[in-house]
Amino acid sequence: MSDWYMLTLIGQDRPGIVAAVTKGLFEAGCNLGETSMLRLGNNFTIMMMVNSAAGPAALRTVLQPVVDDLELILHIDVIEAELHRRPVPDVRILVHGADRAGIVAQVTGQAAEAGLNILDLESDVGGTEMQPIYILQIEGLAAQGLDAIEQALAPLRAQGIKVDVVPIDTLIG
Amino acid sequence: MAVLDILTYPDERLRQASDRVQRFDAALQARIDDLEETRKAGPGAVGIAAPQVGWFERVIIVDVSGRKKTRSHGHLILVNPEITEWDGFAMGREGCLSVPDYTGNVVRAERIRLRAQDRDGNDLAFDMDGFEARAVQHELDHLDGLLFLDRLVSRRQDLFQRKVYK
Repeated sequence: MSDWYMLTLIGQDRPGIVAAVTKGLFEAGCNLGETSMLRLGNNFTIMMMVNSAAGPAALRTVLQPVVDDLELILHIDVIEAELHRRPVPDVRILVHGADRAGIVAQVTGQAAEAGLNILDLESDVGGTEMQPIYILQIEGLAAQGLDAIEQALAPLRAQGIKVDVVPIDTLIG
Repeated sequence: MAVLDILTYPDERLRQASDRVQRFDAALQARIDDLEETRKAGPGAVGIAAPQVGWFERVIIVDVSGRKKTRSHGHLILVNPEITEWDGFAMGREGCLSVPDYTGNVVRAERIRLRAQDRDGNDLAFDMDGFEARAVQHELDHLDGLLFLDRLVSRRQDLFQRKVYK
């Protein structure tokens, strides 16, 4: 189980990117682990864990026709897989406000000092071009508890940023 | 009493609907005791449903009383449970003894009215909300062959009003 690679692919968004990339990998005998595939702006971005006994050079050879055809950028790194060891988040932080530089840095900086380990972060720019708004959603582990994060982020509210710190109570049944 | 094996997805037996309990006999009591033993042996499970141990009758156990700041009716053995009213909705994260190493977001009714029988066949009725209501809905789904995987929602479409941490 040590033949794992992180493949990063980026290109201008168009229909069929995921299908072409995964078909190529499947036909070459590769197996996928966890993946993230999403559109950021007009770019389609893929990060995928790929298991392959063939080695990184062979992986690149397999994907080269797809990369050329769809004009993608491909990057390959050797990684440790560590599947089936998924931490369960216990806090969700929701932030939104008028867009300005520094929101992510402020929120995550304060939260990190209060013990936050981010498991998942996504942010979007919405609103209009004249009045953009920034929306940030974070899930993570609060090593020092939620109160610590709440207190660390509270001062940001005075700056016009809406911040909610919400517990995630995972039900196991 | 015995700790039973938990069926895990994609075992097809988890997809079958369970039958109503007809006889409240000694055999039922023994099976309920085994089901509870199995729940307690699991990693922090607040509930369990009979089909998870390969017993296809409508029996669930729910107990959220061990959780801080959680309204609860205590330890509940619910036979032939039925939800008769639903109100509101809330998103929450769920996992399952039958689906190891995965948790996901699921929308459930915030408040429910529940009718059931106890282990001796006496009628029970509850109004419940929040985490306890979620647990009952999760377990009751098992009786109909449903898993929380069937109800996953994306965080990206998260437009639901939530309780805010104070």
